[in-house]
Amino acid sequence: MAAEHARPAILAEGLIKRFGKTVALDGLDLEVAAGTVLGLLGPNGAGKTTAVRIFTTLLAPDGGRAEVVGLDCVRQANALRAKIGLAGQYAAVDELLTGRENLEMVGRLYRMGRASARSRALELLERFGLMEAANRTAKTYSGGMRRRLDLAASLIATPPVLFLDEPTTGLDPQSRLSMWELIGELRAGGTTLLLTTQYLEEADYLADLIAVIDHGRTIALGTADELKRDVGGERIELTLARGSDMELGARTLAGHVDGSVRVDAEARRLSAAAADGARRLADVVRDFDAVSIGLDDIAVRRPTLDDVFLALTGHAAEEDEEIAA
Amino acid sequence: MSVQPLTEADAHGWLYWQVSDAIVLTGRALRHIPRNPELLVYSAIQPVMFVVLFRYVLGGAIKLPPGVSYVNYLMAGVFVNTVAFGSFTTGVGLAEDLQRGLIDRFRSLPMSRAAVLIGRTLSDLVRNFFTGAIMFGVGILVGFNPTGGPLEIVAAVGLLLLLGFAFSWIGATIGLAVRNVEAVQSAGLIWIFPLVFASSAFVPTTGMPAGLRAFANNQPITHITNAVRGWFLGTPVHSNGWLGLVWGLGILVVFVPLSVSVYRHATGKS
Repeated sequence: MAAEHARPAILAEGLIKRFGKTVALDGLDLEVAAGTVLGLLGPNGAGKTTAVRIFTTLLAPDGGRAEVVGLDCVRQANALRAKIGLAGQYAAVDELLTGRENLEMVGRLYRMGRASARSRALELLERFGLMEAANRTAKTYSGGMRRRLDLAASLIATPPVLFLDEPTTGLDPQSRLSMWELIGELRAGGTTLLLTTQYLEEADYLADLIAVIDHGRTIALGTADELKRDVGGERIELTLARGSDMELGARTLAGHVDGSVRVDAEARRLSAAAADGARRLADVVRDFDAVSIGLDDIAVRRPTLDDVFLALTGHAAEEDEEIAA
Repeated sequence: MSVQPLTEADAHGWLYWQVSDAIVLTGRALRHIPRNPELLVYSAIQPVMFVVLFRYVLGGAIKLPPGVSYVNYLMAGVFVNTVAFGSFTTGVGLAEDLQRGLIDRFRSLPMSRAAVLIGRTLSDLVRNFFTGAIMFGVGILVGFNPTGGPLEIVAAVGLLLLLGFAFSWIGATIGLAVRNVEAVQSAGLIWIFPLVFASSAFVPTTGMPAGLRAFANNQPITHITNAVRGWFLGTPVHSNGWLGLVWGLGILVVFVPLSVSVYRHATGKS
């Protein structure tokens, strides 16, 4: 048992993958202990999906080493496949089979007995709220239902390690929440989870440990709190009244803060790092008064992963305008 | 406590699971047939059109050896044409599986690497049988009169199914390599059309220019059509029977391993 714990559930060492001239992974390193939820966070094209495809034996790396539960992703691929589950970006379900048939099929292919595949399928349909649709073809399912069926299929044989590639991309807010709940239950059950996401809030909410990757490399690894701490302390965030001069506002705020001021013109929002922000608020308010800019909202908050991302990569996860202080 | 997978992999040997996987995936593909009846209808429309066009439009202008009616000559070609184009379905089905991410799921499972392909090709064999039966009925309606004995008819049907099965594996290889449904359809036209038309399927090869005739007389469609025609009509098939058999088996020997090897590296999206 002790040895089991010492061995990482997921391991990547200097992983390299090229597609023609494009370098998708450029020496990726990762180490995930059993029972951990790792959020692989990065913008589109950072290499998240490529990494998942190597761990799930769909792609062979061009260099480096990848292991899952101590099994090499290339040399021991077949033994490894029995220990993992994969749910991809697009729900990989057979549209002409019913929900129940889909699950039983995948169960049988995991080499489960007929009876246990059947009872496990029913158990998952029940738990994922698909019981009423169990005998309808997946063609008739909504996007959220398909995604749940896909996740259920990846869980049918209770694999100890689960890979979820952007599990909530394209889902409506309600389906996303129900997906989050299901992932939360899996975490509680002790499954090791690697999930990729472009959503900072999602990684923040679901993951024990976050790896930020950009251009095929891990640029930061830590808990959400550690990453936020690294970026610095509190931030002052202002929302200006409609029709305000954003540039004048940015200049006014710049005198009170430590770093550059980020401007989100559309949301009429200014934000900047400011250690001990609460004490400076009074001065900020007075100066905005002096230049006659109204404030709709004023807040001091701890940095979000958005800020982490910007600080680490030099570009925002979502495009923001940036004005130097 | 660590999570342990629910599996009985060790309870049986390698061969048991190869067969089990193939059965599971054949069952899957067979379920598709009644749930997608449009496909069965569409795969019968083209051959029905051919029967009508060739029988009534072109038939009168085609020179045949004495004593054979054109409709009796034509039907063997129609059957061959039907099963040859049936390989479209295999390629299109696999390209769809790839695009929908299903092949990724299957490839991430501890299952046989050939099972997905076996499932598709076997179920398309069943589909071919049904479309062939529809064509047989249509043939009878327009005057087809098979006079071969029961054993000969069984031999003809067997060779047709072998051809369809072999071509399905070519279709599977193309579907996995090309990956795009529309492109698979065009690719299918490019290789099947010339093969079927530059053969004895619809017209005797004797009227073709020398170079084309040399090709037509030595390609699988001609051998198989001639054998099927002979068996249905109770006329001698000469060497066409075993040549057709060799062609069918030869295609399988090449394309079964080739398509499995393409499958091993197939991904929906890179």
